[in-house]
Amino acid sequence: MADLLNLFVKTVFIENIALSLFLGMCTFFAISKQVKAAFGLGIAVIVVLTITVPLNNLIYNFVLKEGALSWAGLDDTNLQFVGLITYIGVIAAAVQILEMFLDKYVPALYNALGIFLPLITVNCAILGASLFMIEKNYSFTESVVYGFGAGFGWALAIVLLAGIREKLKYSDIPEGLRGLGITFVIVGLMSFGFMSFGGILL
Amino acid sequence: MKAISVKETRKLLFTPIVENNPIALQILGICSALAVTVKMDVTLIMCIALTSVVTLSNLFISIIRHYIPDSIRIIVQMTIISSLVIIVDELLKAYAYEASKQLSVFVGLIITNCIVMGRAEAYAMKNPPIKSMLDGFGNGLGYSFVLLIVAAVREIFGSGTFFGMQLMPENYPINNFLLLPPSSFIIIGIMIWVIRSFSKSQVEENENPLKAHTFKPLKVKKEVASG
Repeated sequence: MADLLNLFVKTVFIENIALSLFLGMCTFFAISKQVKAAFGLGIAVIVVLTITVPLNNLIYNFVLKEGALSWAGLDDTNLQFVGLITYIGVIAAAVQILEMFLDKYVPALYNALGIFLPLITVNCAILGASLFMIEKNYSFTESVVYGFGAGFGWALAIVLLAGIREKLKYSDIPEGLRGLGITFVIVGLMSFGFMSFGGILL
Repeated sequence: MKAISVKETRKLLFTPIVENNPIALQILGICSALAVTVKMDVTLIMCIALTSVVTLSNLFISIIRHYIPDSIRIIVQMTIISSLVIIVDELLKAYAYEASKQLSVFVGLIITNCIVMGRAEAYAMKNPPIKSMLDGFGNGLGYSFVLLIVAAVREIFGSGTFFGMQLMPENYPINNFLLLPPSSFIIIGIMIWVIRSFSKSQVEENENPLKAHTFKPLKVKKEVASG
């Protein structure tokens, strides 16, 4: 249990997927002008990551890994080379199913998430988290915690940035730096801030 | 097929570098970019990988663009792109194993790199193959341009080397600030500032409701004062 909590804190703060691994940056910059939109997107990312990372973990462990197909009598097949295409397929399918499910049963949430759901398929944070999970060889339980933690960390980062950008509107910024430029600098400073979490052990 | 004039080729190739840079102006493809810019050689490999993927994916998608049904185009594009990325990944593992270890998951992340998807969707779906290929190549160059500059600044001033050769004097202290990944954000931010001070059209509108530099002392109306 303590291990899992440790993993969660590590994923949210120390290895924050947005601010120290720089994943999902395109949407991170594009949809962080207002806190409300950022919050919606953050929730969507949490939901999708919590579903897709464990799913890809199962697929990796039972189908793709070297010798994983031994239950089917194929002892030395190694399907790792189709990994990338499988993970992205799983993600696209999961997002599509989630979208249909929400549309049918939880229309309120569906309307709130709106256009963010389809956008998420091409978000690097989602694929990145799956790839990191495989590189670090997490077990199934760990992958659930990792998926949720990664999503939570990303959501935290984008909401924080949106909060700063909302206030930033009122400041007097040199012409060329306005908008995108200053956002880059701020994200840089934020990620230096997050680096100071490094080395925390519970 | 009509031949493409030299002028048009030049335009397709070079506008994405400064005038319409995918990273600096369109905010595309920064996702996998920042973590790989500590050293020149690794960055160069990443740039070559991305440029070849975006060029080829634009070419292939453009060739079959009339046969792709609109409703499933994203999945078709994604399949083409991920197959290309798998090829690049396997090639790197075979011929540049050290670099592929250092790039770790970032080669795989080319799949979700918005430059590749964005160009496929915005250009290759509507234009003939050769032009799309040039457009892809140009955008790859634009991406490489930003990445290589960031990597050059970070390697030269961070560890005092360039492609691993000692460039700064022997006693140059290692600048850890530049070696840490967040510094690349600040470098890109400053680069955008430089680019935009040369081409004013890229400057974003001032959204400040108070409009900076327009504060004037409030004039008290005569009537109020006298009344």
